[in-house]
Formats: sequence, structure tokens, C-alpha cells
Amino acid sequence: MPARVRPTSPHAEIYRWQIGNTLSILHRVTGAALALGLIALSYWLVSLAGGPDSYISAARFFEGPVGLIVLFGWTFAFLFHLLNGIRHLFWDAGRGFERTPRQLSGWAAVLGAIALTLCVAAWVWSRLS
Amino acid sequence: MSLRSPMSRVLGLGSAKDGTTHWWAQRVTAVALIPLTLWFLISLLTLPGLDYETVRTWLCVPITGFLAVLLVTVLTYHSYLGTQVIVEDYVTSTGMKVLSLMVLRFLYILAGGAGIFAILRVVFGFARL
Repeated sequence: MPARVRPTSPHAEIYRWQIGNTLSILHRVTGAALALGLIALSYWLVSLAGGPDSYISAARFFEGPVGLIVLFGWTFAFLFHLLNGIRHLFWDAGRGFERTPRQLSGWAAVLGAIALTLCVAAWVWSRLS
Repeated sequence: MSLRSPMSRVLGLGSAKDGTTHWWAQRVTAVALIPLTLWFLISLLTLPGLDYETVRTWLCVPITGFLAVLLVTVLTYHSYLGTQVIVEDYVTSTGMKVLSLMVLRFLYILAGGAGIFAILRVVFGFARL
């Protein structure tokens, strides 16, 4: 144990909350949510391989209110992770680091994901009714 | 003056000993997943229905089964790379970290393997003997 408390580097809480760090956190959160989605995808495929009866029991879950809410959550998570991921790929190529493109692309990723999720929801709704 | 040895500079692997391997694999799988995931989402949304017979018939089209296997494979790999970083960031004790990473890898091989096996079972039809 150290004899006295040594100075440490500033931690996350001293920084102002802004779009950059919010979307960075959201990227990780949606990625973790999509990892659970992968398990659901596997479950759905296994139920399909198990024949009509097992498929119906899986489909009953996904068609129910809880299933639909979870599926739309995953749809948003996927679309945001996709758009923000493309943003990250541009950064990896050394582009879009300036203040304005950085913030605009961030808003485009969030609002684009919300808009596309609503489009998917409307599409599914129109097919169901 | 650099303190790095000539050997370390030639290998270019840094202190983590694997250089840019992890980072690069995450980008390559990310790029591959853009068309694969969009194909999957749009296919599901435009199928005439999501009942057992429709989905099975769709998956049995050779190109569909092939792309579905690629999707599950690349998705599993990309998702593993992402959650691995989350575990490495938040699990601080070495023992727990090694254990969680091992369990995580087992779970991913289980989920991905089950998904791929299920697709092959549907496509090659040895479910009904």
C-alpha cells in the first residue's frame, strides 16, 4: 500500500456530457444488446431445425408483446450500431474528425437509426394488419 | 532514442503481443457485416410471411443457406471480439478475467456452432428421417 494518496489522472466524471461520449457509450451498449440478439438468432434457427412444433413455440414468443418490443429494441440497436459503426470506419480511415462533421455524423447516426427503426415498425405494422 | 529493442520494433507487436490483429479483425468483420446483416434484415422483412414453411423454403435456396452460414459465422466472430474488449475493460482481477474470457469463448462457439448446425440441418434435411 502507498504511504500517501498519489495524484491520479482525471476520471470520466470531470468531463462535460456531450454527443461524442454519449454515442460512444451507446455503441458499446447496443453492441452488448446485439450479442444477446445473436443468442436469439441461434435459438430461432435451432427451433426451425427442430421442425414445425418447435418453430411455432419460438415464433409464439417473438410474436407476443414482449417478443415484439425486444425485436424492435434489437432493430434500433442494430441500425444504430450499423450507422455509428460506419462513422467509426470513416474515422479509422482518418476522415471526419473535425468538430462539425464529427457532431453532424453523430446526430445523423442517432436520428437515422430512430427514423429507420420507425420505418421498419411501420412496414411490419402494415404487413400485420 | 528509443528504448525498444530492434527485435520488438521489427515484430511491431507492442506490449499486448498481438499488434493490430484484434483491431483489424474487428474492422474486417464489421465491413463484411454491412451487406450480410442488411441482406438478412431486408429478406426477413420482404418474405411473404414468417411461418415455418415459408422460412424453411427460403433457407433451402442454396444462396440463402450459404449467406446465412456466413452471417452467423462473421456475426459470432465480430460479437466475440467486441464483448471480449468489454470483459477486458471491466473485469479487473486477472483470475476472473481469464475465467470470464474462457466462458465467453465457450458460449460464443456454442451459440455460433448451434446456429450454423441448425442451418445445415434445415438445408440438408436430415431432420426428418
